[in-house]
Amino acid sequence: MCLAVPARVVRINGQRALVELGGLTREANIILVPSVRLGDYVLLHAGFAIQTLDQAEAEETLELLALMVEEGEERVEA
Amino acid sequence: MRFIDEFRQPALVHALANKIQQWSGPPVQIMEVCGTHTVAIFRHGLRGLLPPQVNLLSGPGCPVCVTPNVEIDKVIALAANPKIILATFGDMMRVPGSYSSLAEAKAKGAHVKVIYSAIEALEMALDNPDKAVVFFGVGFETTAPTTAASILEAERLGLKNFYFLSAHKVVPPAMKALLQSGEVRIDGFICPGHVSTVIGSRPYEFIPRDYGIPCVIAGFEPVDILQAITMILDMRAERRAEVAIQYRRAVRPEGNPSALWAMARVFQVRDAEWRGLGLIPGSGLRLGLGMERFAIEQRFEIKVRPARQAAACRCGEILRGSCAPPGCSLFGTACTPEHPVGPCMVSSEGTCAAWFLYSAGGRIGGASAVEAGAA
Repeated sequence: MCLAVPARVVRINGQRALVELGGLTREANIILVPSVRLGDYVLLHAGFAIQTLDQAEAEETLELLALMVEEGEERVEA
Repeated sequence: MRFIDEFRQPALVHALANKIQQWSGPPVQIMEVCGTHTVAIFRHGLRGLLPPQVNLLSGPGCPVCVTPNVEIDKVIALAANPKIILATFGDMMRVPGSYSSLAEAKAKGAHVKVIYSAIEALEMALDNPDKAVVFFGVGFETTAPTTAASILEAERLGLKNFYFLSAHKVVPPAMKALLQSGEVRIDGFICPGHVSTVIGSRPYEFIPRDYGIPCVIAGFEPVDILQAITMILDMRAERRAEVAIQYRRAVRPEGNPSALWAMARVFQVRDAEWRGLGLIPGSGLRLGLGMERFAIEQRFEIKVRPARQAAACRCGEILRGSCAPPGCSLFGTACTPEHPVGPCMVSSEGTCAAWFLYSAGGRIGGASAVEAGAA
């Protein structure tokens, strides 16, 4: 029940939005994410967007992890 | 950036697994609180990547599993009333109550409708003005804001035939109850990712502060969970305890203010009974001040026979992390997904269901299953 999936907002009409995930489009209620904009990714849970996803944070997490991979490889080679 | 595949990259998974494999400290037991984490750990085979000194325990974070029998008995009684349509999320349908389940009741003619979204319950009330629609609200803080939003909309529309029966619970008090019982040694928590998108990180701060235990809020992809484990291990190595957010793309320290506002407007906190953990103060939500008109108990009396538990079912201990599914004598024999005895086997996020589905009917191989059972 903690299931929520990332989906991209493709249309906004007041409280209702259309979001796209895995090639499918679904309706989502965006009343809980008032600052959402077209093109944003949100977490979809039981027909509602419960949070917007922060792309910059996602990229930063991945960059730090990539650095860790590099350091690990250097240690192995050393 | 599509937010899923990037967090499943094999190179990152291997690097993180290698890092964890190098853990040279004492054995650690990390509890993943949330049922969705339990399933993700199984689905991605993460246990097999961990060294024996790093053990994962499943916690009580399955709202379906922790709903006590008496709540299910009540909604079955309501659904039997011809004036009522009972709207429920699908995962409650097959959960056994004391005597029956919603699915069985529906098969016998009770008006039970499965909904995917809280908004559908509203629409049902609009479409059936001559019936009372009772929305059975199960779920933690991930779901409660959505049901709160639907109740606020019902208020705005002036709906007279929409009612709500709350079985909502909140997670941090259950974590506190587990720690206070001291039944199981917990060296770190993987905190629920989506609950935390709503509540943020502050509600967990009492755990490092009062118990010295590290907490990491994790996402649900393999990279997320493994990174969270490395963050816990780093804190243990440095004898440091705090609440850290691994799932930074989705969780902000302050959570989601709009969602929190909706919950505060509609609900108030109350003491609640959790299957397996008993009565936990301040761990439930019920309709708050000004929302009484939506309370079904005001309109219809709910009569139930005394609640009873299935003998030999060890869901309670499993939810507390003090027993793993193979330790239950019913697991895989009398209790399977096809004919479940307890909710841990029914729910898509139940610990027993996850063990059963992902470990070949309960046999994960000789010694490890025996050890798990003896835990």
